[in-house]
Amino acid sequence: MSCCVPPPAFIEALAGPQRVGPAREEILLASRQVDAGMRQTDLSVPSIHCGACVQAIEKALGTMDGVENVRANLSTRRVAVRWREGGAPPPMFEALARLGYEANLHEDAEDGRDPALGALIRAMAVAAFASMNIMMLSGSVWSGADGPTRDVLHWICAGLTLPTLLYSGRIFYVSAWQALRHGRANMDVPITVGVMLAFALSVYDTLHSGAEVYYDATVSLLFFLLIGRTLDHVMRERARTAVKGLARLAPRGALVEHADGTREYLALREIEPGMTILLAAGERVPVDATVIGGSSDLDRSLVSGESAPVSIGPGARLEAGTLNLTGPLIVRAEAGERDSTLAELMRLVETAEGGRNRYRRLADRVAGYYAPVVHLAALATFLGWVAVNGDLHNATTIAIAVLIITCPCALGLAVPMVQVVAARRLFDAGIMVKDGSALERLAETDCVVFDKTGTLTTGEARLANTGDIAATDLMLAAGLAVHSRHPHSRAIAVAAGKARTATFTDMREVPGAGIEGRFDGARYRLGRAEWALDHNDTSAGTVLSRDGELLARFEISDTLRAGAKAAIDALAAQGLSVEIVSGDAAPNVEAVGERLGIADRAAGVLPGGKSARLAALAAAGRKPLMVGDGLNDAPALTAAHVSMAPGSAADVGRSAADFVFLHADLTAVPQAIAIARQAAWLVRQNLVLSLFYNAVALPVAVAGLVNPFLAAVAMSASSVVVVANALRLGWRAPGRDVNANPVAVEVSP
Amino acid sequence: MSEFFYLIPISLVLGAAGLVVFLWTLRDGQYDDLDGAAERILYEEDAPRPDRPSR
Repeated sequence: MSCCVPPPAFIEALAGPQRVGPAREEILLASRQVDAGMRQTDLSVPSIHCGACVQAIEKALGTMDGVENVRANLSTRRVAVRWREGGAPPPMFEALARLGYEANLHEDAEDGRDPALGALIRAMAVAAFASMNIMMLSGSVWSGADGPTRDVLHWICAGLTLPTLLYSGRIFYVSAWQALRHGRANMDVPITVGVMLAFALSVYDTLHSGAEVYYDATVSLLFFLLIGRTLDHVMRERARTAVKGLARLAPRGALVEHADGTREYLALREIEPGMTILLAAGERVPVDATVIGGSSDLDRSLVSGESAPVSIGPGARLEAGTLNLTGPLIVRAEAGERDSTLAELMRLVETAEGGRNRYRRLADRVAGYYAPVVHLAALATFLGWVAVNGDLHNATTIAIAVLIITCPCALGLAVPMVQVVAARRLFDAGIMVKDGSALERLAETDCVVFDKTGTLTTGEARLANTGDIAATDLMLAAGLAVHSRHPHSRAIAVAAGKARTATFTDMREVPGAGIEGRFDGARYRLGRAEWALDHNDTSAGTVLSRDGELLARFEISDTLRAGAKAAIDALAAQGLSVEIVSGDAAPNVEAVGERLGIADRAAGVLPGGKSARLAALAAAGRKPLMVGDGLNDAPALTAAHVSMAPGSAADVGRSAADFVFLHADLTAVPQAIAIARQAAWLVRQNLVLSLFYNAVALPVAVAGLVNPFLAAVAMSASSVVVVANALRLGWRAPGRDVNANPVAVEVSP
Repeated sequence: MSEFFYLIPISLVLGAAGLVVFLWTLRDGQYDDLDGAAERILYEEDAPRPDRPSR
C-alpha cells in the first residue's frame, strides 16, 4: 500500500470550511528565533514513514514563499521549517494537509536535543576506546610478557583506565551515591564498589610489579554497562519524542479584546480573569470562561466523554480544553491558566502519579537481593582466606576477584536489552512505550478497562442509515452539510462522498440549531427537528426539511474504531477480562457494548469515578490495564496498573499513559500485551542465565582460582549470551510471533 | 620486544583520533536521523544538509 495517499476523510475535511492547523498567531508564538531575521517552527508529523514522504514534504514546503529551508527527520517524525521573519508564517499546515499529512506544532520547551543521551554516548565512546586499547595491551601480558615490559604495559593501562573511570564511571557513582543516601541498594552500588576496589588493587600491584591486574576487567565492565544504560535511555527518549506534541489541548494563546476595543493575541499565561476573549469557530477554549455573546455548539468529548455536542448561548460556562464548533463566541475569562479545569486535572494526574512510583522494576528488585549477597560473599571470602593463611594481600586479591567476577555486567544488560528490542518491535507496530517498567507492568496485566468515546469508537460521527435515505435527499443534505463543521454535518458530507451537486444560495448557519440555504426557490434546512420543521416536533436527531416539510431523517452514530471487535476477541483469547467505563450516556454505551460483546459496562461515570473503579480493581488484587483517551480519563490512566492511549488522545491523556498507539487500529492493544508478555519471558530467561553464570563463577572466585584473563573472558561471554538471547525477540517476523493471538498483526498506517 | 614499543603510542594516538572524530560527528548531529539518511541516498536531488539543525 502506498503510504503517501491522503485518507479520504481528510480530503473531505479539507473541502469544508474548516481551517487547517493552528492560528497564525499561535504558529508565531510557538516558533523560535534561530538567526537574525529567521525563525524556526518544529512540526510533529507522525505519519512520515518513508523516504518518499521526506522528499515530498521537503519539496512542497521548501518551495513556499518565505521558507528558507526545510528538514524532515524520519527517525523522530519531525519537520523543522526555517522561515524569514517579517511576513506571516508560511501556510505549512495547509501544504502538509494537501499532501495528506496531519501536522501539529511541536512543543518548544526544548530544542530537540537530549543532553543526557549525549553524555551517555560520549561516556560509552570513551569507555569503548579505553577498553579496546587495554584489551590489546593485556593480550600481550596474557601471552607471556613479563619483567619490565609487563610493568610498562601495566602503567600504560593504568594511565588509560584512570581518566575513563573518572569520565565514564561518573554516571554510576552518582546513581549509587543517591541510592545509598536514601538507604537503598541498587545495581550501581556493587558496580561502584567493585570498580573502585579493583582499580585500587591494580594500582597497588602495578606499583609492586605484581603479575595480575584488573584494568581490562574494570574498563570493559563499564563499557558493557554503559551499553545497557544507553539503550535503556534511547528507548525512553524515542517514545517521548514521537509522542510529545501531537496535539495540544489548550491553545498557546487567545485573541483578547481590550476595553478600548483594541485586539491583541496574548499568550495563555498572560490571560487574566475578566478579560474578553474572541473565540472563533474551531478553536479550543483557552481558560475557563463564561459566554457573553454569540451562540454555538460545544464539543466536550475530550473533557467529559460525551459524544454529542452541546448547544450553548450567553451565560453558559465553558471549561478550558473544550472545542467551539459552529459559531464565533465572545467569552469572559473566569480563571487564569493555573486555575482552569485543565490545570485542575493535571493536578489530579500528578497526585495519582505518586502511587505509580511505588512499582519497583524487576532489575531493581533483583539488585536489592543481589548487592548484599555479593558483598557478604566477598567479605566472607576475605575473612576466610585470612583465617586460612593469614596473607592479607592474597585475601584482598581474592575478595576483589569475587567482586569483579560477580559484578552484574550481564545482569545490567539482561533487562534493558530485551526491553529495547521489544520497544523496537512495538515502535514498528506504531506503539510507543514510555519506559521499561511499563513493559513489565503490561505483561502482568489481567483485566482491561476501556473508555468508550475516542477509544473503542473513533469519536467521529458516522451516518448510520445511509441506505434508507433517497440519493437526492442525501445530495441536498450534503450540499448544506459541507458548509458546517458540526460533527453531524461532517458525517453527512462524508456519507455523500463526491456525489454532491446541489449548490445553495443564501446559506446561513444557526448555531445550536442547524444550517439553511435556498435551492430552486425552496428553503432547505438541515438540523434539529424543532427548528427545521414547521409542525411542532421535538424528536432528537438531525432532519432535512424543504419549506418546513420533512424530507429525511439522519441517524448519526459513533463509529467503532478499526479492529475493535478483533481486539476485544483477541484480549479474551489472551485470558483477560474486559469492561467499559464511560462518561457517555447509557444508551450509547449499551449499543457499543452489545456490538463488541462486552458485558461489563458502566455509563455516566465521572473522572473521579473512573479512577475509583481502578482503585477498587487494584484493591481486589487485580492489575488493570486502562485504555482511554480523554481528559476525563487522565486520572484513571495514572491510577491504573498500566495504561494505554491512542495517538488521537488529549495531550494530558497521552502524557499520563504508559503506551501510546499511533495507528487507528485497536488491535494494537492485544499486540502490545503479546509483545510485553514475550519480553517478560525473555527477561526472566536472561536473569536466570546471568544468575547462573554468577552461581558458577562465584565458587571458582572464592576458591581463588580466577585470574584476570578468566575474569575478562567470562564477563564478556556472559554479556554476549544475554544480548543474543534478547535479540531473539526481534528475529521472528511480525505476524507469526504473537503467540495465541489470532489477530492479524499487520497494522495499516 | 621492547624495540616495538614505539608502536604503542602510535596505536593509542590513532585510536584517540578515531574517538575524537566520533565525538565530532556526534556533536555535528550526524546521528540525528539515521533512518532518514538511509532513505535519502535513494533519491536524486542531493540537497546539502541545511546548516546544523537547532542548537
